[in-house]
Amino acid sequence: MDIFKNRRFVILAIFGSMFAIFGIKLFYIQLVDDKYEALANQNVIRNVTVYPNRGLVFDRNGVLIVENDATYEIFVIPRQVKELDTALFCQLLDLNPQYFKDQLAKAKAYSRYVPSSFLKNISVEQYASFQEHLYMFPGFYGDIRLVRKYPHNAAAHVLGYTGEIGEELLKLQPYYSPGDYIGTSGLEATYEPFLRGRKGSKLILVDKFNREQGSFQDGLYDTAAVSGSNITISLDMELQAYGELLMQNKKGCIVAIEPNTGEILAMISGPSYNPNLLTGRQRGNNYVALLADTLKPLFNRAISGGSYPPGSTFKSLMALMALQEGSLLPEDVYPCFGGYRLGAHTVGCHAHPPLRDLSAAIQYSCNSYFCYVFKNVIDQDKFKNSDEALAMWNSYLYSFGLGQKLGVDIPGEHKGLVPTPKYYNDIYDVGRWKSSTIISLAIGQGELGLTPLQMANMTAAIANRGYYYTPHFVKSIENDTTNFLDRYLKRNLTKVDQKHFDYVVEGLYQTVQQGTGRIAQIEGYEVCGKTGTVENPHGEDHSAFIAFAPKTNPQIVITVFVENSGFGATYAAPIASLMMEKYLNDTIATKRLPLEKRMIEKDLIHPKVIVSNETP
Amino acid sequence: MRRRSLWADMDWLSVLLYGLLVLIGWVSVYAADYDGIRTSPFDLSTSHGRQIVWIAVALVLAILIVIIDNKFYTTFAYFIYGLVMIMLIMIFFIGTEVKGNKSWFVMGGFSIQPSEFAKFATALAVAKYLSTQGANMKYWTTRIIAAVLILFPMILIQRQGDDGSALVFLSFVFVLYREGLTSWVLIGGGYFGLISVLALVVEEKIYLVVAIAILAAAFIYFLRRHMRIAITTGVLALLSIGYVYTVSYAFDQLKPHQKERIDVVLGKLEDKKAAGYNLNQSMIAIGSGGFTGKGFLNGTQTKGNFVPEQTTDFIFCTVGEEHGFIGTAIVLGLFMALLARVVYISERQRSKFTRLYGYGVASILFFHVSINVGMTIGLVPVIGIPLPFLSYGGSSILSFTILLFILLKLDSDRLAVLR
Repeated sequence: MDIFKNRRFVILAIFGSMFAIFGIKLFYIQLVDDKYEALANQNVIRNVTVYPNRGLVFDRNGVLIVENDATYEIFVIPRQVKELDTALFCQLLDLNPQYFKDQLAKAKAYSRYVPSSFLKNISVEQYASFQEHLYMFPGFYGDIRLVRKYPHNAAAHVLGYTGEIGEELLKLQPYYSPGDYIGTSGLEATYEPFLRGRKGSKLILVDKFNREQGSFQDGLYDTAAVSGSNITISLDMELQAYGELLMQNKKGCIVAIEPNTGEILAMISGPSYNPNLLTGRQRGNNYVALLADTLKPLFNRAISGGSYPPGSTFKSLMALMALQEGSLLPEDVYPCFGGYRLGAHTVGCHAHPPLRDLSAAIQYSCNSYFCYVFKNVIDQDKFKNSDEALAMWNSYLYSFGLGQKLGVDIPGEHKGLVPTPKYYNDIYDVGRWKSSTIISLAIGQGELGLTPLQMANMTAAIANRGYYYTPHFVKSIENDTTNFLDRYLKRNLTKVDQKHFDYVVEGLYQTVQQGTGRIAQIEGYEVCGKTGTVENPHGEDHSAFIAFAPKTNPQIVITVFVENSGFGATYAAPIASLMMEKYLNDTIATKRLPLEKRMIEKDLIHPKVIVSNETP
Repeated sequence: MRRRSLWADMDWLSVLLYGLLVLIGWVSVYAADYDGIRTSPFDLSTSHGRQIVWIAVALVLAILIVIIDNKFYTTFAYFIYGLVMIMLIMIFFIGTEVKGNKSWFVMGGFSIQPSEFAKFATALAVAKYLSTQGANMKYWTTRIIAAVLILFPMILIQRQGDDGSALVFLSFVFVLYREGLTSWVLIGGGYFGLISVLALVVEEKIYLVVAIAILAAAFIYFLRRHMRIAITTGVLALLSIGYVYTVSYAFDQLKPHQKERIDVVLGKLEDKKAAGYNLNQSMIAIGSGGFTGKGFLNGTQTKGNFVPEQTTDFIFCTVGEEHGFIGTAIVLGLFMALLARVVYISERQRSKFTRLYGYGVASILFFHVSINVGMTIGLVPVIGIPLPFLSYGGSSILSFTILLFILLKLDSDRLAVLR
């Protein structure tokens, strides 16, 4: 017999009394005491994302060129929204009631618990008046949001812009949330991972009047935002702005590079736009307007899209290639009778004095001379066929960075067009083309297409006498642990030996001293340059100029392209020269001020009103 | 004897109570986890999604336990106990620390907490030992061996930093009591518990000491003719006074957060943002539920980190907030019914082993429920132990399922065997 059997009642009594105590306490706190309900109403939590400062951008002289500006953004947590005066709400924020309805529906569809962005880019002043009424709009709150500001109103194509992240990217990149800004073009896009920093989050308690009560649990669950890294770029903002001034009302572009580092000093694409148009509340409208503009201001002509034939500026490279191949000697002289005759048609040339040597041929930009040079280099006995010869020709161009993406650190780079054997085989059939078929390549015409950046880079390789550094904008990145900059420290050698460059450089020097580029002279500097007048099936010739200065130990290399403006010497050469003078001397010599004025004022875009009988 | 089906004598009422609690648990985890974006119940990246997997595993385990021959549990009781003890020791060398407790084994994506399994292993071992011939609570040997079986895992778990799970082993005092341990243990425990609370509440210890002395003096005066009782009272009074100082000394040895939690329950500390936070928030959540609650998924306090550990230790808050007094009463009612049923089942055994094990099950469940619920409504300091069957967590739901289903298995064979 189990004498302790009755102890089960004691145990059950202990169990039961404990549960009874719980029952009483629950009854009390749930039904009797309404303190807890009141406390619950005060206890609304809000999970706020803390956006970091986006990294600042400085130019090569330490001038701040991209900064952040404060605006407000309004968020909504749909579950907390109670009945409210929508008319007042809309009036305070200049909204139409339909927008209010749509946004609220959108936020509800996303989540009833998680804050959604309701309205962006509200000015500090407007937010102030809204905030006074915030207690009437439970579920809504505002938070500071930084937008980009470009104090110099310049370099839009280089700096790029930030925009709200798209749906596609959102799926690929879990770091971002809907409504986050991301760099979508230019340096903003390339350096997004460095500039963006890291978002933080904080939990804030708010009472039922929508007033903040401080942080939740003393910030135990908060994470601090980490500011983005500042970056310094190679641009000389003063030079850049000056270039944009010179290029106003013109289509075309300027690229200036420091040859011994590959750092890009200026990159101008005309027409340009004010980068501040693409920040703030009007961003959407402005973007649409810029996109619709037939002059394509959003388009960076210096690196993208339909590349230009280089024209005569290409002749230096032809000469270097032929010297290296041994098919041309510096003293060689070829006849010119106003052109290069080729059976039925002629590559025309202009009137110039008789040529002594290669340097003179460059100086006077003789088309015939370079047709001979091209023919001799392509028709060398060592080649079995045109394919092989053109492949050799291609390889020289590639070694100068042509026909491929250089790897500049802004997106949208085009690789240009260097016609390959396959290209001509597709047009003419295998074995049905030869040097004479493709003779226009000799003078940088025909199928050849280079981006102005490639042309500037080619010029840098000439200025350096045989090598170049990949052109780039970045100079330094704060707290970079990825050694991102290493890729721009590598010296790329061309296929041409250093010794051959002097003849060509001399030719370029003479071009400016006494040839087609005399207008580019800068007092006190030995300027080397080459004009180009690029035939263009769509209209008037493009004016082109490549140059560097000084002749020994060059500090700046420049390429200027002005569309539909005629001879290279007309616009491209003076603009290039003024740019170099500005960079080297900081000021423009007094006697050149009229030239500067003429360049700035020239309008090549807006057609003059011509009284005409013709109906358009 | 004709062989009956494995399931014929199953205690289906217990299984029903178990099923209801598990179901309420999952629904509550889903609600606590619900953030308005991820709404698929089966999303394995969420707690409620993984809980479905754990429940499925638990059910498979329950079936296995029923299929295995009942002799397994008696025969291997010590072996299972030994195995779990070895795991508890090994944790000191190869365990992983999670939230300050070095009590986890992490293997691949899984992590298990041997301390959860130590509970049923100890229940088996204690039952096995006390049901052997010659074991009797009258003897000091029996008392000491039983105490060692219980205290050994308790100390190991305490050393791992899991004070809550260690305290659970105190509940075995009910098993020992049922088997004949003197009532004075319960009465004394209650008395010293009261003194402890008073010692902590009363700032100036001298008042308490004087009160005890006066009471004792009064007792001795009235009972002066019964020398033995008078002397006992005097000794007890001296012990109590000593104990008052021991308590305040012991209290100073606690970790700061533990001190704060105790102070909060005692009402000495009212810091809503710091130590009292869990408590305050959980009481706000439960208290704001009212009679019928705010409705499924409409809780405001048990979402968004107001109540920490809202899917695990504080899952009772979700029930209280979303389903109100009705919800909490139902859950407590189910637990009480299950406890009563387990006691009833234990008492109907012819086998002493099963009875002892049954009381082990009841004690462990009771302790977990009272500490957990008591903590959420501010009656007990915050001690991190799960609410059986309801809290999210694989180790928890598996260990409670094993605990209960071993009993149900043994019970289903009660007519066939005499152990």
